[in-house]
Amino acid sequence: MGMTMTQKILAAHAGLDKVEAGQLISAKLDIVLGNDITTPVAVNEFKKAGFDRVFDKDRVAIVLDHFVPNKDIKAAEQSKTCREFACSHCVSHFYDVGKMGIEHALLPEQGVVTAGDCIIGADSHTCTYGALGAFSTGVGSTDMAAGMATGMAWFKVPSAVNFNLTGKLPYNCSGKDVILTIIGMIGVDGSLYKSMEFTGEGAHGLSMDDRLCICNMAIEAGAKNGIFPVDDVTMEYLNGRSERIPVVYEADTDAEYERVVDIDLTKIVPVVACPHLPENTRPASELHHIKIDQVVIGSCTNGRMEDMEAAYNILKGKKVADGIRCIIIPGTMHILRECVERGYYTAFIDAGAVVSTPTCGPCLGGYMGILAAGERCIATTNRNFVGRMGHVDSEVYLASPHTAAASALTGYITEYKEA
Amino acid sequence: MNTEGKVFKYPDNVDTDVIIPARYLNTPDAKELALHCMEDIDTEFVKKVQAGDVMVAGWNFGCGSSREHAPLVIKTCGTGCVIAKSFARIFYRNAINIGLPILECEEAAEEISADDQVKVDFDTGVITDITTGKTYKAQPFPPFIQNIIKCGGLLKSLKEGENNG
Repeated sequence: MGMTMTQKILAAHAGLDKVEAGQLISAKLDIVLGNDITTPVAVNEFKKAGFDRVFDKDRVAIVLDHFVPNKDIKAAEQSKTCREFACSHCVSHFYDVGKMGIEHALLPEQGVVTAGDCIIGADSHTCTYGALGAFSTGVGSTDMAAGMATGMAWFKVPSAVNFNLTGKLPYNCSGKDVILTIIGMIGVDGSLYKSMEFTGEGAHGLSMDDRLCICNMAIEAGAKNGIFPVDDVTMEYLNGRSERIPVVYEADTDAEYERVVDIDLTKIVPVVACPHLPENTRPASELHHIKIDQVVIGSCTNGRMEDMEAAYNILKGKKVADGIRCIIIPGTMHILRECVERGYYTAFIDAGAVVSTPTCGPCLGGYMGILAAGERCIATTNRNFVGRMGHVDSEVYLASPHTAAASALTGYITEYKEA
Repeated sequence: MNTEGKVFKYPDNVDTDVIIPARYLNTPDAKELALHCMEDIDTEFVKKVQAGDVMVAGWNFGCGSSREHAPLVIKTCGTGCVIAKSFARIFYRNAINIGLPILECEEAAEEISADDQVKVDFDTGVITDITTGKTYKAQPFPPFIQNIIKCGGLLKSLKEGENNG
Protein backbone atom coordinates (compact mmCIF):
# COMPACT_ATOMS: atom_id res chain seq x y z
CA MET A 1 0.00 0.00 0.00
CA GLY A 2 1.15 3.54 -0.70
CA MET A 3 1.43 6.50 1.64
CA THR A 4 -0.92 9.40 2.25
CA MET A 5 0.34 12.96 1.73
CA THR A 6 0.84 13.35 5.49
CA GLN A 7 2.76 10.06 5.69
CA LYS A 8 5.02 11.16 2.81
CA ILE A 9 5.97 14.38 4.63
CA LEU A 10 6.55 12.53 7.91
CA ALA A 11 8.68 9.84 6.23
CA ALA A 12 10.87 12.50 4.57
CA HIS A 13 11.37 14.33 7.87
CA ALA A 14 12.16 11.07 9.69
CA GLY A 15 14.74 10.13 7.03
CA LEU A 16 12.78 7.03 6.08
CA ASP A 17 11.67 5.69 2.68
CA LYS A 18 8.39 4.49 4.06
CA VAL A 19 6.23 4.82 7.17
CA GLU A 20 3.00 3.10 8.16
CA ALA A 21 0.05 4.18 10.28
CA GLY A 22 0.76 3.47 13.96
CA GLN A 23 4.56 3.59 13.58
CA LEU A 24 6.42 5.72 16.15
CA ILE A 25 8.95 8.04 14.51
CA SER A 26 11.25 10.90 15.41
CA ALA A 27 10.99 13.70 12.84
CA LYS A 28 12.95 16.85 12.03
CA LEU A 29 11.03 20.08 12.54
CA ASP A 30 10.98 23.07 10.20
CA ILE A 31 9.21 25.43 12.60
CA VAL A 32 8.45 25.29 16.34
CA LEU A 33 5.75 27.75 17.43
CA GLY A 34 4.46 29.12 20.73
CA ASN A 35 2.23 31.96 21.97
CA ASP A 36 2.01 34.17 25.05
CA ILE A 37 0.09 31.53 27.04
CA THR A 38 1.98 28.38 26.12
CA THR A 39 5.53 29.76 25.73
CA PRO A 40 6.05 30.75 29.39
CA VAL A 41 5.34 27.15 30.45
CA ALA A 42 7.73 25.91 27.72
CA VAL A 43 10.45 28.38 28.77
CA ASN A 44 10.17 27.13 32.32
CA GLU A 45 10.50 23.49 31.20
CA PHE A 46 13.35 24.36 28.82
CA LYS A 47 15.35 26.00 31.62
CA LYS A 48 14.45 23.39 34.24
CA ALA A 49 15.78 20.62 31.99
CA GLY A 50 19.06 22.51 31.65
CA PHE A 51 18.95 23.48 27.96
CA ASP A 52 20.73 26.74 27.19
CA ARG A 53 20.23 27.22 23.45
CA VAL A 54 17.54 26.80 20.81
CA PHE A 55 18.36 24.42 17.96
CA ASP A 56 17.99 27.15 15.32
CA LYS A 57 17.05 30.77 16.01
CA ASP A 58 15.37 31.03 12.60
CA ARG A 59 13.16 27.98 13.16
CA VAL A 60 11.46 29.11 16.37
CA ALA A 61 8.42 31.41 16.17
CA ILE A 62 6.97 33.14 19.22
CA VAL A 63 3.81 35.17 18.71
CA LEU A 64 2.16 37.27 21.43
CA ASP A 65 -1.51 37.10 20.45
CA HIS A 66 -3.82 35.75 23.12
CA PHE A 67 -3.80 38.56 25.68
CA VAL A 68 -2.04 41.48 23.94
CA PRO A 69 -1.91 44.42 24.17
CA ASN A 70 -1.73 42.97 27.68
CA LYS A 71 -5.09 42.70 29.39
CA ASP A 72 -3.72 42.75 32.95
CA ILE A 73 -0.55 42.63 35.02
CA LYS A 74 -0.28 38.84 35.01
CA ALA A 75 -0.62 38.74 31.22
CA ALA A 76 2.05 41.42 30.99
CA GLU A 77 4.38 39.23 33.05
CA GLN A 78 3.78 36.32 30.66
CA SER A 79 4.57 38.51 27.64
CA LYS A 80 7.70 39.71 29.40
CA THR A 81 8.85 36.10 29.89
CA CYS A 82 8.37 35.46 26.14
CA ARG A 83 10.10 38.71 25.17
CA GLU A 84 13.14 38.04 27.36
CA PHE A 85 13.48 34.48 26.11
CA ALA A 86 13.16 35.55 22.45
CA CYS A 87 15.71 38.30 22.96
CA SER A 88 18.26 36.19 24.83
CA HIS A 89 18.09 33.42 22.18
CA CYS A 90 17.94 35.88 19.22
CA VAL A 91 14.68 34.30 18.01
CA SER A 92 14.19 35.89 14.59
CA HIS A 93 10.44 35.20 14.33
CA PHE A 94 9.33 37.02 17.47
CA TYR A 95 6.17 39.05 17.00
CA ASP A 96 5.31 41.66 19.61
CA VAL A 97 2.61 44.37 19.65
CA GLY A 98 2.76 46.38 16.42
CA LYS A 99 4.12 43.43 14.44
CA MET A 100 2.00 40.64 15.83
CA GLY A 101 -1.13 39.06 14.44
CA ILE A 102 -3.15 36.03 15.41
CA GLU A 103 -0.48 33.36 15.00
CA HIS A 104 -2.29 31.17 12.45
CA ALA A 105 -3.21 34.15 10.29
CA LEU A 106 0.26 35.64 10.68
CA LEU A 107 2.71 32.80 9.95
CA PRO A 108 1.26 31.88 6.51
CA GLU A 109 0.92 35.57 5.60
CA GLN A 110 4.56 36.26 6.53
CA GLY A 111 5.83 33.20 4.66
CA VAL A 112 7.25 31.62 7.83
CA VAL A 113 5.54 28.30 7.04
CA THR A 114 5.45 26.67 3.62
CA ALA A 115 4.52 23.58 1.61
CA GLY A 116 6.28 20.38 2.65
CA ASP A 117 7.13 21.63 6.15
CA CYS A 118 6.87 19.59 9.33
CA ILE A 119 5.64 21.99 12.02
CA ILE A 120 4.64 21.77 15.67
CA GLY A 121 3.04 24.56 17.63
CA ALA A 122 2.00 24.88 21.24
CA ASP A 123 -1.48 25.86 20.14
CA SER A 124 -4.12 23.40 19.04
CA HIS A 125 -4.97 25.35 15.88
CA THR A 126 -1.46 24.87 14.48
CA CYS A 127 -3.16 22.37 12.15
CA THR A 128 -4.12 25.44 10.05
CA TYR A 129 -0.94 25.28 7.91
CA GLY A 130 -2.03 22.03 6.30
CA ALA A 131 -3.80 24.36 3.87
CA LEU A 132 -0.34 25.11 2.40
CA GLY A 133 0.46 21.43 1.94
CA ALA A 134 2.47 21.13 5.16
CA PHE A 135 2.26 18.63 8.03
CA SER A 136 1.40 20.79 10.99
CA THR A 137 0.00 19.85 14.38
CA GLY A 138 -0.73 21.23 17.84
CA VAL A 139 1.24 20.06 20.86
CA GLY A 140 1.74 21.14 24.46
CA SER A 141 4.37 23.33 26.05
CA THR A 142 6.73 20.47 26.95
CA ASP A 143 6.79 19.32 23.32
CA MET A 144 7.48 22.91 22.33
CA ALA A 145 10.39 23.05 24.79
CA ALA A 146 11.78 19.76 23.47
CA GLY A 147 11.32 20.97 19.88
CA MET A 148 13.12 24.24 20.59
CA ALA A 149 15.99 22.36 22.22
CA THR A 150 16.45 19.55 19.72
CA GLY A 151 14.61 20.46 16.50
CA MET A 152 12.91 17.07 16.69
CA ALA A 153 9.58 15.65 17.83
CA TRP A 154 8.15 12.17 18.21
CA PHE A 155 4.98 11.25 16.33
CA LYS A 156 2.75 8.27 15.92
CA VAL A 157 2.17 8.13 12.16
CA PRO A 158 -1.55 8.78 11.63
CA SER A 159 -3.98 6.93 9.43
CA ALA A 160 -6.19 9.16 7.30
CA VAL A 161 -9.71 9.90 6.23
CA ASN A 162 -10.10 11.28 2.71
CA PHE A 163 -12.67 14.03 2.16
CA ASN A 164 -13.36 14.12 -1.57
CA LEU A 165 -14.85 17.52 -2.43
CA THR A 166 -16.82 18.14 -5.60
CA GLY A 167 -18.60 21.18 -7.04
CA LYS A 168 -18.56 24.82 -6.00
CA LEU A 169 -19.86 26.53 -2.87
CA PRO A 170 -23.05 28.64 -3.01
CA TYR A 171 -22.46 32.43 -2.85
CA ASN A 172 -23.47 32.69 0.84
CA CYS A 173 -21.23 29.86 2.09
CA SER A 174 -17.53 29.65 2.82
CA GLY A 175 -14.92 27.22 4.09
CA LYS A 176 -16.42 27.64 7.58
CA ASP A 177 -19.71 26.11 6.43
CA VAL A 178 -17.76 23.21 4.88
CA ILE A 179 -15.80 22.33 8.00
CA LEU A 180 -18.78 22.83 10.36
CA THR A 181 -20.87 20.56 8.11
CA ILE A 182 -18.13 17.91 8.19
CA ILE A 183 -17.77 18.12 11.99
CA GLY A 184 -21.55 17.85 12.26
CA MET A 185 -21.38 14.65 10.17
CA ILE A 186 -18.45 12.90 11.85
CA GLY A 187 -18.52 14.36 15.40
CA VAL A 188 -15.94 16.03 17.61
CA ASP A 189 -13.90 12.81 17.78
CA GLY A 190 -14.74 11.70 14.23
CA SER A 191 -11.10 11.96 13.13
CA LEU A 192 -9.41 11.29 16.48
CA TYR A 193 -5.63 10.77 15.99
CA LYS A 194 -6.11 10.79 12.20
CA SER A 195 -5.28 13.03 9.25
CA MET A 196 -8.08 14.71 7.35
CA GLU A 197 -6.94 14.85 3.72
CA PHE A 198 -9.06 17.10 1.50
CA THR A 199 -8.93 16.30 -2.20
CA GLY A 200 -11.02 16.43 -5.38
CA GLU A 201 -11.83 19.12 -7.92
CA GLY A 202 -13.92 20.90 -5.29
CA ALA A 203 -10.82 21.28 -3.10
CA HIS A 204 -8.88 22.89 -5.93
CA GLY A 205 -11.71 25.39 -6.42
CA LEU A 206 -11.44 26.69 -2.85
CA SER A 207 -9.53 29.88 -2.05
CA MET A 208 -6.50 29.81 0.26
CA ASP A 209 -8.50 31.61 3.00
CA ASP A 210 -11.17 28.90 2.80
CA ARG A 211 -8.52 26.15 2.96
CA LEU A 212 -6.84 27.77 5.98
CA CYS A 213 -10.24 27.97 7.73
CA ILE A 214 -11.05 24.32 6.96
CA CYS A 215 -7.67 22.99 8.19
CA ASN A 216 -7.85 25.28 11.23
CA MET A 217 -10.86 23.39 12.57
CA ALA A 218 -9.55 19.86 11.86
CA ILE A 219 -8.70 19.72 15.58
CA GLU A 220 -12.40 20.24 16.33
CA ALA A 221 -12.97 16.78 14.83
CA GLY A 222 -10.12 15.44 17.00
CA ALA A 223 -7.73 15.22 14.02
CA LYS A 224 -3.95 15.28 14.22
CA ASN A 225 -3.81 17.39 11.07
CA GLY A 226 -5.77 18.57 8.08
CA ILE A 227 -4.09 18.89 4.67
CA PHE A 228 -4.76 20.08 1.11
CA PRO A 229 -2.77 19.09 -1.98
CA VAL A 230 -0.42 21.72 -3.39
CA ASP A 231 -1.85 23.27 -6.58
CA ASP A 232 -1.83 26.55 -8.51
CA VAL A 233 -3.76 28.32 -5.74
CA THR A 234 -1.10 27.24 -3.21
CA MET A 235 1.83 28.25 -5.39
CA GLU A 236 0.28 31.60 -6.19
CA TYR A 237 -0.13 32.21 -2.47
CA LEU A 238 3.40 31.09 -1.57
CA ASN A 239 5.21 32.87 -4.39
CA GLY A 240 6.92 35.99 -3.15
CA ARG A 241 6.18 35.32 0.51
CA SER A 242 7.63 31.91 1.39
CA GLU A 243 11.03 32.36 3.02
CA ARG A 244 12.05 28.80 2.18
CA ILE A 245 11.57 26.86 -1.05
CA PRO A 246 8.25 25.00 -0.99
CA VAL A 247 8.52 21.22 -1.33
CA VAL A 248 5.60 19.42 -2.94
CA TYR A 249 4.50 16.01 -1.65
CA GLU A 250 1.65 14.06 -3.21
CA ALA A 251 -0.30 11.13 -1.85
CA ASP A 252 0.44 7.85 -3.63
CA THR A 253 -2.34 6.77 -5.98
CA ASP A 254 -2.75 3.62 -3.88
CA ALA A 255 -2.59 5.45 -0.53
CA GLU A 256 -4.61 3.75 2.16
CA TYR A 257 -7.51 5.70 3.68
CA GLU A 258 -9.67 4.44 6.55
CA ARG A 259 -12.61 5.79 4.64
CA VAL A 260 -13.56 8.20 1.89
CA VAL A 261 -16.24 10.79 2.57
CA ASP A 262 -17.77 12.52 -0.47
CA ILE A 263 -18.82 16.14 0.06
CA ASP A 264 -20.81 17.90 -2.65
CA LEU A 265 -20.02 21.59 -2.13
CA THR A 266 -23.06 22.67 -4.15
CA LYS A 267 -25.27 21.15 -1.41
CA ILE A 268 -23.61 23.05 1.48
CA VAL A 269 -25.92 25.51 3.25
CA PRO A 270 -25.06 28.17 5.86
CA VAL A 271 -24.73 26.24 9.13
CA VAL A 272 -24.36 27.15 12.78
CA ALA A 273 -22.86 25.01 15.55
CA CYS A 274 -25.10 25.39 18.60
CA PRO A 275 -23.85 25.19 22.21
CA HIS A 276 -21.85 23.47 23.58
CA LEU A 277 -20.02 21.38 20.97
CA PRO A 278 -18.87 22.19 17.41
CA GLU A 279 -20.68 19.02 16.23
CA ASN A 280 -24.12 20.43 17.16
CA THR A 281 -24.68 21.86 13.71
CA ARG A 282 -28.01 23.04 12.31
CA PRO A 283 -28.88 24.98 9.16
CA ALA A 284 -28.96 28.70 10.05
CA SER A 285 -32.40 28.82 8.43
CA GLU A 286 -33.79 26.71 11.32
CA LEU A 287 -32.46 29.08 13.98
CA HIS A 288 -34.16 32.39 13.15
CA HIS A 289 -35.80 32.40 16.59
CA ILE A 290 -32.44 32.56 18.44
CA LYS A 291 -31.93 36.10 19.71
CA ILE A 292 -28.32 37.20 20.15
CA ASP A 293 -26.54 39.86 22.20
CA GLN A 294 -23.12 39.92 20.55
CA VAL A 295 -21.41 39.19 17.25
CA VAL A 296 -17.68 38.44 16.93
CA ILE A 297 -16.04 38.36 13.48
CA GLY A 298 -12.37 37.42 13.67
CA SER A 299 -10.07 34.74 15.20
CA CYS A 300 -7.50 32.35 13.71
CA THR A 301 -10.43 30.65 11.98
CA ASN A 302 -12.00 33.68 10.27
CA GLY A 303 -9.92 36.83 10.71
CA ARG A 304 -8.49 36.88 7.17
CA MET A 305 -9.05 39.30 4.30
CA GLU A 306 -11.88 37.35 2.65
CA ASP A 307 -13.66 37.24 6.01
CA MET A 308 -13.34 41.00 6.38
CA GLU A 309 -14.57 41.39 2.81
CA ALA A 310 -17.64 39.22 3.49
CA ALA A 311 -18.44 41.29 6.60
CA TYR A 312 -17.94 44.54 4.66
CA ASN A 313 -20.19 43.50 1.78
CA ILE A 314 -23.00 42.71 4.20
CA LEU A 315 -22.58 45.58 6.70
CA LYS A 316 -21.72 48.50 4.38
CA GLY A 317 -24.39 51.18 4.38
CA LYS A 318 -26.43 49.27 6.96
CA LYS A 319 -26.81 49.45 10.74
CA VAL A 320 -26.15 46.79 13.35
CA ALA A 321 -29.47 46.04 15.12
CA ASP A 322 -30.22 47.90 18.35
CA GLY A 323 -28.81 46.21 21.41
CA ILE A 324 -26.24 44.15 19.47
CA ARG A 325 -22.52 44.53 20.18
CA CYS A 326 -20.67 43.76 16.95
CA ILE A 327 -16.92 43.23 17.39
CA ILE A 328 -14.67 42.88 14.33
CA ILE A 329 -11.08 41.72 14.77
CA PRO A 330 -8.79 41.64 11.72
CA GLY A 331 -6.28 38.79 12.14
CA THR A 332 -3.03 40.64 11.47
CA MET A 333 -1.69 44.19 11.23
CA HIS A 334 -1.46 43.75 7.45
CA ILE A 335 -5.15 42.80 7.28
CA LEU A 336 -6.06 45.69 9.61
CA ARG A 337 -4.15 48.10 7.36
CA GLU A 338 -5.87 46.68 4.29
CA CYS A 339 -9.25 47.22 6.01
CA VAL A 340 -8.31 50.88 6.54
CA GLU A 341 -7.11 51.34 2.95
CA ARG A 342 -10.12 49.69 1.38
CA GLY A 343 -12.54 51.75 3.49
CA TYR A 344 -13.84 48.73 5.39
CA TYR A 345 -12.80 50.23 8.73
CA THR A 346 -14.98 53.32 8.23
CA ALA A 347 -17.88 51.23 6.92
CA PHE A 348 -17.72 49.00 10.02
CA ILE A 349 -17.77 52.03 12.34
CA ASP A 350 -20.61 53.62 10.39
CA ALA A 351 -22.57 50.38 10.73
CA GLY A 352 -22.16 50.59 14.51
CA ALA A 353 -19.49 47.92 14.93
CA VAL A 354 -16.20 48.22 16.82
CA VAL A 355 -12.88 47.21 15.30
CA SER A 356 -10.04 45.89 17.45
CA THR A 357 -6.34 45.40 16.82
CA PRO A 358 -5.49 41.70 16.22
CA THR A 359 -6.01 39.45 19.25
CA CYS A 360 -7.44 36.03 20.16
CA GLY A 361 -9.24 37.97 22.97
CA PRO A 362 -12.90 36.95 23.10
CA CYS A 363 -12.56 33.58 21.33
CA LEU A 364 -11.20 31.96 24.48
CA GLY A 365 -12.93 34.25 26.97
CA GLY A 366 -9.78 36.29 27.52
CA TYR A 367 -10.99 39.86 27.05
CA MET A 368 -12.47 42.21 24.38
CA GLY A 369 -16.00 40.84 24.50
CA ILE A 370 -16.67 38.63 27.52
CA LEU A 371 -20.26 37.41 27.91
CA ALA A 372 -22.42 37.80 31.04
CA ALA A 373 -24.73 35.06 32.38
CA GLY A 374 -27.53 34.27 29.95
CA GLU A 375 -25.98 36.16 27.02
CA ARG A 376 -25.61 34.71 23.52
CA CYS A 377 -22.98 35.39 20.90
CA ILE A 378 -22.76 34.34 17.28
CA ALA A 379 -19.06 34.12 16.48
CA THR A 380 -16.81 33.14 13.60
CA THR A 381 -14.49 31.51 16.18
CA ASN A 382 -13.85 27.79 16.58
CA ARG A 383 -15.17 26.57 19.95
CA ASN A 384 -18.49 26.87 21.73
CA PHE A 385 -17.68 24.91 24.89
CA VAL A 386 -19.25 25.73 28.27
CA GLY A 387 -17.90 29.09 29.46
CA ARG A 388 -15.64 29.48 26.42
CA MET A 389 -16.42 33.21 25.91
CA GLY A 390 -17.26 34.16 29.47
CA HIS A 391 -19.85 33.17 32.07
CA VAL A 392 -20.64 29.43 32.35
CA ASP A 393 -24.27 30.27 31.61
CA SER A 394 -23.48 32.16 28.39
CA GLU A 395 -23.75 30.61 24.91
CA VAL A 396 -21.65 30.70 21.75
CA TYR A 397 -23.00 29.85 18.27
CA LEU A 398 -20.31 29.21 15.66
CA ALA A 399 -20.87 30.44 12.11
CA SER A 400 -19.29 31.87 8.97
CA PRO A 401 -18.53 35.60 8.55
CA HIS A 402 -21.51 35.84 6.15
CA THR A 403 -23.93 34.43 8.71
CA ALA A 404 -22.42 36.38 11.63
CA ALA A 405 -22.61 39.69 9.75
CA ALA A 406 -26.18 39.02 8.53
CA SER A 407 -27.15 38.18 12.13
CA ALA A 408 -25.65 41.46 13.37
CA LEU A 409 -28.17 43.34 11.20
CA THR A 410 -31.24 41.49 12.51
CA GLY A 411 -30.28 40.64 16.10
CA TYR A 412 -31.29 37.02 15.45
CA ILE A 413 -29.43 34.15 13.81
CA THR A 414 -29.86 34.87 10.10
CA GLU A 415 -28.24 33.47 6.96
CA TYR A 416 -27.10 35.94 4.33
CA LYS A 417 -29.27 36.27 1.25
CA GLU A 418 -28.65 38.49 -1.74
CA ALA A 419 -31.24 41.26 -1.97
CA MET B 1 3.65 2.41 40.50
CA ASN B 2 0.03 2.55 41.50
CA THR B 3 -2.70 4.76 42.92
CA GLU B 4 -5.78 4.21 45.04
CA GLY B 5 -8.63 6.57 45.73
CA LYS B 6 -12.18 7.71 45.22
CA VAL B 7 -13.73 8.13 41.77
CA PHE B 8 -14.90 11.42 40.25
CA LYS B 9 -17.00 10.58 37.20
CA TYR B 10 -17.37 12.77 34.11
CA PRO B 11 -19.17 12.50 30.74
CA ASP B 12 -17.92 12.39 27.11
CA ASN B 13 -16.01 15.28 25.50
CA VAL B 14 -14.71 16.95 28.67
CA ASP B 15 -12.79 19.85 27.11
CA THR B 16 -9.71 21.68 28.33
CA ASP B 17 -11.75 24.90 28.70
CA VAL B 18 -13.71 23.33 31.54
CA ILE B 19 -10.67 21.54 33.00
CA ILE B 20 -9.00 24.96 33.33
CA PRO B 21 -10.87 27.99 31.93
CA ALA B 22 -8.76 30.33 29.78
CA ARG B 23 -9.74 33.31 31.94
CA TYR B 24 -7.24 32.01 34.51
CA LEU B 25 -4.41 31.40 32.03
CA ASN B 26 -2.71 34.71 32.73
CA THR B 27 -0.37 32.81 35.01
CA PRO B 28 1.74 29.68 34.47
CA ASP B 29 1.67 28.92 38.24
CA ALA B 30 0.30 25.37 38.60
CA LYS B 31 -0.76 25.71 42.25
CA GLU B 32 -2.71 28.90 41.57
CA LEU B 33 -4.31 27.39 38.45
CA ALA B 34 -5.21 24.16 40.28
CA LEU B 35 -7.65 26.09 42.51
CA HIS B 36 -9.94 26.33 39.44
CA CYS B 37 -9.65 22.76 38.14
CA MET B 38 -12.98 21.55 36.64
CA GLU B 39 -14.87 24.50 38.18
CA ASP B 40 -17.11 25.19 35.16
CA ILE B 41 -18.66 21.70 35.31
CA ASP B 42 -17.98 20.60 38.91
CA THR B 43 -17.51 23.25 41.58
CA GLU B 44 -17.13 20.54 44.25
CA PHE B 45 -14.12 18.78 42.68
CA VAL B 46 -11.39 21.03 44.07
CA LYS B 47 -12.99 20.98 47.55
CA LYS B 48 -13.32 17.20 47.67
CA VAL B 49 -10.35 15.73 45.76
CA GLN B 50 -7.67 13.97 47.79
CA ALA B 51 -4.26 12.65 46.83
CA GLY B 52 -4.57 9.44 44.81
CA ASP B 53 -8.17 9.96 43.69
CA VAL B 54 -9.16 8.86 40.18
CA MET B 55 -11.04 10.64 37.38
CA VAL B 56 -13.17 8.37 35.19
CA ALA B 57 -14.64 9.80 31.98
CA GLY B 58 -16.14 8.93 28.61
CA TRP B 59 -14.92 9.47 25.05
CA ASN B 60 -12.51 12.18 23.88
CA PHE B 61 -11.37 13.41 27.32
CA GLY B 62 -9.33 16.63 27.12
CA CYS B 63 -10.53 17.81 23.71
CA GLY B 64 -9.99 21.39 22.56
CA SER B 65 -7.07 23.63 23.39
CA SER B 66 -3.48 22.39 23.54
CA ARG B 67 -2.97 23.98 26.95
CA GLU B 68 -0.65 21.80 28.99
CA HIS B 69 -2.10 23.58 32.00
CA ALA B 70 -5.00 21.06 31.76
CA PRO B 71 -3.17 17.84 32.70
CA LEU B 72 -0.95 19.93 34.96
CA VAL B 73 -3.84 21.16 37.15
CA ILE B 74 -5.36 17.68 37.30
CA LYS B 75 -2.00 16.34 38.52
CA THR B 76 -1.39 19.28 40.87
CA CYS B 77 -4.78 18.71 42.56
CA GLY B 78 -3.46 15.31 43.62
CA THR B 79 -5.36 13.19 41.10
CA GLY B 80 -3.53 9.87 40.79
CA CYS B 81 -4.86 8.79 37.40
CA VAL B 82 -7.40 9.54 34.66
CA ILE B 83 -9.25 6.61 33.08
CA ALA B 84 -11.29 7.35 29.95
CA LYS B 85 -12.83 5.56 26.98
CA SER B 86 -10.53 7.69 24.80
CA PHE B 87 -8.39 10.81 25.07
CA ALA B 88 -8.02 13.76 22.72
CA ARG B 89 -4.58 13.46 21.14
CA ILE B 90 -2.88 16.62 22.41
CA PHE B 91 -4.09 15.96 25.96
CA TYR B 92 -2.75 12.39 25.66
CA ARG B 93 0.71 13.67 24.61
CA ASN B 94 0.74 16.35 27.27
CA ALA B 95 -0.24 13.95 30.05
CA ILE B 96 2.64 11.63 29.11
CA ASN B 97 5.07 14.53 28.74
CA ILE B 98 4.33 15.92 32.22
CA GLY B 99 3.90 12.57 33.97
CA LEU B 100 0.15 12.38 34.65
CA PRO B 101 -0.82 8.70 34.48
CA ILE B 102 -3.70 8.06 32.05
CA LEU B 103 -5.32 4.83 30.92
CA GLU B 104 -7.70 4.04 28.08
CA CYS B 105 -10.25 1.38 29.06
CA GLU B 106 -13.76 1.52 27.64
CA GLU B 107 -15.24 -1.13 29.92
CA ALA B 108 -13.86 0.38 33.13
CA ALA B 109 -14.90 3.88 32.09
CA GLU B 110 -18.42 2.62 31.40
CA GLU B 111 -18.94 0.52 34.53
CA ILE B 112 -17.08 2.27 37.36
CA SER B 113 -19.39 4.59 39.34
CA ALA B 114 -18.81 7.92 41.03
CA ASP B 115 -17.51 7.58 44.60
CA ASP B 116 -16.33 3.96 44.08
CA GLN B 117 -12.96 3.15 45.63
CA VAL B 118 -10.55 2.21 42.82
CA LYS B 119 -6.99 0.87 42.67
CA VAL B 120 -4.84 1.21 39.54
CA ASP B 121 -1.57 -0.62 38.84
CA PHE B 122 0.27 1.29 36.09
CA ASP B 123 2.83 -1.44 35.43
CA THR B 124 0.23 -4.07 34.56
CA GLY B 125 -2.64 -1.78 33.49
CA VAL B 126 -4.94 -3.57 35.93
CA ILE B 127 -7.78 -1.45 37.33
CA THR B 128 -9.59 -2.81 40.40
CA ASP B 129 -12.94 -1.42 41.52
CA ILE B 130 -12.68 -2.26 45.23
CA THR B 131 -16.32 -1.24 45.80
CA THR B 132 -17.72 -3.76 43.29
CA GLY B 133 -14.82 -6.22 43.34
CA LYS B 134 -14.50 -6.15 39.54
CA THR B 135 -11.16 -5.87 37.70
CA TYR B 136 -10.36 -4.46 34.27
CA LYS B 137 -7.29 -4.50 32.03
CA ALA B 138 -6.25 -1.33 30.20
CA GLN B 139 -3.97 -1.24 27.14
CA PRO B 140 -0.37 -0.81 28.30
CA PHE B 141 1.73 1.98 26.73
CA PRO B 142 4.20 1.10 23.95
CA PRO B 143 7.83 0.80 25.22
CA PHE B 144 8.83 4.17 23.70
CA ILE B 145 6.24 5.97 25.82
CA GLN B 146 6.91 3.80 28.86
CA ASN B 147 10.49 5.08 28.70
CA ILE B 148 9.34 8.72 28.75
CA ILE B 149 7.18 8.00 31.81
CA LYS B 150 9.97 6.03 33.50
CA CYS B 151 12.37 8.96 33.02
CA GLY B 152 9.83 11.35 34.57
CA GLY B 153 8.73 13.17 31.44
CA LEU B 154 9.86 14.03 27.91
CA LEU B 155 12.63 16.51 28.68
CA LYS B 156 14.22 14.28 31.28
CA SER B 157 14.14 11.39 28.81
CA LEU B 158 15.86 13.60 26.20
CA LYS B 159 18.54 14.64 28.68
CA GLU B 160 19.06 11.02 29.64
CA GLY B 161 19.39 10.12 25.93
CA GLU B 162 21.93 12.92 25.49
CA ASN B 163 24.00 11.64 28.42
CA ASN B 164 23.88 8.05 27.17
CA GLY B 165 24.53 8.98 23.56
